[in-house]
Amino acid sequence: MNSEEIYRLLEPIIKTYLPEDVSAKEINRDSDLTRELNINSAHLVDIILDIEDEFNIEFKNEDMESLRNVNDAISLIQQKISA
Amino acid sequence: MKKRVVITGLGVVSPNGVGIPKFTEAIKNGVSGIRFLPELRDLNFSCQLGAMPIISEEKKREYLSELQLRNFNSSGILYGIIAGMDAFKDAKLEPAKNDEEPLWDLGIIFGSGTSGVEKFREAIYKIDDKNVRRLGSNSVAQTMTSGVSAYLGGLIGAGNMVTANSSACATGAEALLMGYEHIADGKATYMLCGSTSDQGPYIWGGFDAMKVTTYKYNDSPEKVAGPMSADASGFVPGSGAGAYLLESLENAQKRGATIYAEILGGSVNNGGQRGGGSMTAPNSIAIQKCIKDALKDANIYASEIDYINGHLTATIKDPDEIENWSIALDRKGNDFPYINSLKGMVGHCLAASGSIEIVSAILQLHEGFIFPNVNCENLHPKIDEIISQERISMKLLKTSLHTIAKASFGFGDVNACAIFKKI
Repeated sequence: MNSEEIYRLLEPIIKTYLPEDVSAKEINRDSDLTRELNINSAHLVDIILDIEDEFNIEFKNEDMESLRNVNDAISLIQQKISA
Repeated sequence: MKKRVVITGLGVVSPNGVGIPKFTEAIKNGVSGIRFLPELRDLNFSCQLGAMPIISEEKKREYLSELQLRNFNSSGILYGIIAGMDAFKDAKLEPAKNDEEPLWDLGIIFGSGTSGVEKFREAIYKIDDKNVRRLGSNSVAQTMTSGVSAYLGGLIGAGNMVTANSSACATGAEALLMGYEHIADGKATYMLCGSTSDQGPYIWGGFDAMKVTTYKYNDSPEKVAGPMSADASGFVPGSGAGAYLLESLENAQKRGATIYAEILGGSVNNGGQRGGGSMTAPNSIAIQKCIKDALKDANIYASEIDYINGHLTATIKDPDEIENWSIALDRKGNDFPYINSLKGMVGHCLAASGSIEIVSAILQLHEGFIFPNVNCENLHPKIDEIISQERISMKLLKTSLHTIAKASFGFGDVNACAIFKKI
């Protein structure tokens, strides 16, 4: 799965957790999930769970620490899928 | 000098009506929210009846966002949010905007018995399945006792004390009196108070096991013997929420708010599980003291009370409650105030009972009516000996009320009594 395909599946997951005053248009690959998109940090665990379900993979505690923006998520997913 | 405190907003999520207009109509007409629930039959409950509010998916979305409703599974918090936000809006107040400071003068005391029992069940299954990591982020917020006050605090932007009290079936009356004192002491201008209760088998099961619910009317939910009836054989478990926006009188007058009633005062005490009191049964002396202390706190004579909204659960304890009121007020027969209990229509809504009943009492005081005490054609003979039948109306009665009393009693031998006046 290339990064474009992953992004297409990832975007709706992230969109779910946007605060009401942030538009989905603001999501791009460099968007910092909590600082720029203003996603409540508590929701990062929910995003991880949704990603696990969507891509049929499982994250470790350490993986969470390196997740800051959309690109981080894409590369993590790529690693897991190819592992 | 204590500040005078009034009620300027009401909200209710009741098994027989959601929202003040529907609820008012329902209690006037004696509409029951008690239903046969096949789920309880399938689970081998003795009492297969229950009373719960009906909330559409559409209605939920008037109060919570799609994101907030994602994996949301706490009926009590939902009911509390709807009742609380309705009371807030009824008082014509506006939430703090996202980029503004919180409302420092507005606090919340919103209680529950247990919170999010359905969500907790979900979590327990995952944990036992060695899958704790799959709980997600909202397990804590939906199962903490203060979940309901925390949700409301966020929706409103409350900046004063935001907390949740818990005192079994006295929770709603206790929340009201705690909020009253906070404003009277000058520590807040507005207090949103109330109580809520989850619905369903996991919250009702313990009561079924104790045999305090009725097993006799599974085939005829419309006929369940009501409070004060000679045939009363236990309560029907219920759920829902009631809420009231409390405000200092001076502030309410200044902004021209609708005033439903003044809270003259009240009392909260405990029977200490002594003198006949226990974890589950009340100490009668403590109940009488609670009522007398409430009158004293409100600075009124017992003769001024013209209506009582009883706790009266439709169990064998109802005659004891009537006797306690009669002794505490030193009034009997025809001289006894009007009295009724909402539980014939909505069952016993447990932690939410006090708040839903307080809303019903305030509506009667404000509009001048007494709702019918349903399914009590056969008055309990011990009650008949103490008070005149005329004081318990089986039909809707239009009459102006001036000063009324509401009491709630709960497990742990807790008592709470509040006095309201029309102004």
